[in-house]
Amino acid sequence: MAEIVAVSLLNGIVYGLLLFMLTAGLTLIFSMMGVLNFAHASVFMLGAYFSFQLGQWIGFWPALAIAPLLCGATGAAIERYGLRHVHRSGHVAEILFTFGLAYVIEELVTMAWGRNAVANSVPPTIDFALFSLYGSSFPAYKGLMMAISVAMFAILYVALKRTRVGLVIQAALTHPEMTSALGHDVPGVFVLVFALGSGLAGLAGVIGGFMLLTQPTLASAIGPIVFVVVVVGGLGSLAGAFIASMLIGVLQTFAVAIDYSLADALRAGGVAIARGSPLYDLVSVRVSTVAPMAPYLLLVLILIVRPRGLLGKRDV
Amino acid sequence: MSCAGPPREANLAPAARGPRSAFAWPVRHRGWLAAFAALAVLPLVPGLDSDFVRSVLTQMAIAAVFALSYNVLFGQTGLLSFGHAVYYGLGGYAAIHLMRAINHGLALPMPLVPFAGALAGIAFGALFGALTTRRAGTIFALITLGIGELVYSAAFIVPSLFGGEEGITASRTLGPALFGIGLASQIAVYYVVAAWAFVAALSMRAFTTTPVGRMCNAVRDNPQRAAFVGYDPRVVRLIACCVAGLFAGLAGGLHAINYEIVSADSVGALRSGSVLLMTCIGGAGQFAGPVLGAVVLTWLEASLSGYTSAWLLYLGIFLMIVVVFAPRGLAGLIAMHAPLARTPAFGRVLLAYAVAAAPAAVTVVGLVTVIEMSYRVSTQPELGTKMRIAGVAVDAASPVSWIAGVIVAAAGFAAFRRTRRIVASAWTLAEQQRPAARATPS
Repeated sequence: MAEIVAVSLLNGIVYGLLLFMLTAGLTLIFSMMGVLNFAHASVFMLGAYFSFQLGQWIGFWPALAIAPLLCGATGAAIERYGLRHVHRSGHVAEILFTFGLAYVIEELVTMAWGRNAVANSVPPTIDFALFSLYGSSFPAYKGLMMAISVAMFAILYVALKRTRVGLVIQAALTHPEMTSALGHDVPGVFVLVFALGSGLAGLAGVIGGFMLLTQPTLASAIGPIVFVVVVVGGLGSLAGAFIASMLIGVLQTFAVAIDYSLADALRAGGVAIARGSPLYDLVSVRVSTVAPMAPYLLLVLILIVRPRGLLGKRDV
Repeated sequence: MSCAGPPREANLAPAARGPRSAFAWPVRHRGWLAAFAALAVLPLVPGLDSDFVRSVLTQMAIAAVFALSYNVLFGQTGLLSFGHAVYYGLGGYAAIHLMRAINHGLALPMPLVPFAGALAGIAFGALFGALTTRRAGTIFALITLGIGELVYSAAFIVPSLFGGEEGITASRTLGPALFGIGLASQIAVYYVVAAWAFVAALSMRAFTTTPVGRMCNAVRDNPQRAAFVGYDPRVVRLIACCVAGLFAGLAGGLHAINYEIVSADSVGALRSGSVLLMTCIGGAGQFAGPVLGAVVLTWLEASLSGYTSAWLLYLGIFLMIVVVFAPRGLAGLIAMHAPLARTPAFGRVLLAYAVAAAPAAVTVVGLVTVIEMSYRVSTQPELGTKMRIAGVAVDAASPVSWIAGVIVAAAGFAAFRRTRRIVASAWTLAEQQRPAARATPS
């Protein structure tokens, strides 16, 4: 029992950190620009594919640096040549634009790498067991991922709170006209923020590509979960996004590990339900089968109990 | 409920307008009469009377109801939903289970099956609406996305109700016939679907003119002010959700009759996305916009998806172009030209469009060549590299075809940019003539 708890907890934290890397970029873009970027998970997927391709050409370590930069450049281009022109039509138009973009990126990835998953395996330099826990080993790449995501947030936090550029970004967020009047390039700041958020997604993609299957449906598989994290954490709140990521990461990993169903519990309590009825289907579902539903169930629960999200300031 | 006691004057005004003659009624409702005539006659027109075309027309009618129901939320109430297929799919499931019951001896005529879909739609509209309608905007969009995923994953977990990947099947021919008419042929199915679609469209149009329908607009434009004059925005949004759910469920019921199968796809994100695309591409601002979008996209899908595997790519690009260049959709584009149509310079505008269309077509051909070759190489290597695009044989293995494709696209685009000036000058001329044409007393 202790074994299951410890291993699931560890994996849950790893998955949660990955989710946080993704949601952090999304939250950053959303809280700065009010733009909900539906193509965010697609940029994450691009990160996975870029690192796969670059890893084959020039090795893993350069790819780890270059793939996020490429994703950042992609994000900057999306803002500069796409979203900026849609901005005047309002937020709904922006969402629709990025929604169309998500379709396009998924298909472009299919075009370049095919419909099946590519063999994006962990490079030999980090393919060893870091330590082992109750006999199951903890791979080094997951350790690297945790280190990267923690370091990234320390740097991001310091950069936003303690540097001049960070100050300008914060100012452009709350008072765009005033910041512009003081001679700062506000549209340039928006491009920068978009590039930064996309770069974070790309970095998450490099590591996430090892954990999840690198295939064209990766974005549509993880995208909705990322949005759930954003709502559960409270729209626009970075700290809320962190807590929600961890919660959903741990919840989902634990759910996968539990191989019991409600019927088992009922049987233990002396209640038996006839086979073949819809009710039997419903109660005999194993918790591990419901795992993909867990984030959405949590979403509905949060909406009923605390509509503003965990750390949201406003009522949703 | 706070929606009682609406202002009545607003609805009386349009009826008082116009000359009172015998033709006033048909003239005022010419759009509906034309739609009725088209629905009745189209599948009998020579050339369109094959079963394939009739089936496409049936799909168009179903998609039109679905898109119109989406627009009750999106265009009318300002709620952007990413999970509208939930109501469609659950309505479809309710209808298919009723069809199975009829197959097993329940004495109910098959054409009434969509009622079950509508009932399920309104029930789930009320349930999910209660969860989602607290706020509009971005947060509503995200929550509907989550609920869509929730229902989609639930469809795989309870196989006896949803049938999982394979879905639930039933037969539309096994049961008592209404007035001796069975649903064996595609034409019979078409007429049942068309009749339902016409009634549904009329009802949704009528809903926009009701006081509640007008309050939906008010809540869309300014929820604070609507609340201030005594209408709880949440209640109004909830009513919109129920109405949208009702008609989406009805569309799902029509789907069940037409396909005789409902599977998890019908509640999935792709279907939610497709109704969003239809509505936005058609234009959410006009009542007929979603219908236009449904007709155009269903037609494109039926005629193109057989030839290309890049269908979703074209769809995504189409949406992005519409969002950037025609935010009010195709219907908005048409409406924009309506005041110009009577000016003498309108012919010049059309001519300028024709001039611009040629290089645009060249660009599209070049891009399509490159895209189709990439798809062939990456997703269908077993079919070989030789293919035909627009009647021309190309070989995806030779660099010549790739360079040619890129050059054609680039040259076409360069020429297309130059035609902008011609279109702009024709437009300016027509615009200048417009006020004069308008000033004549009506």
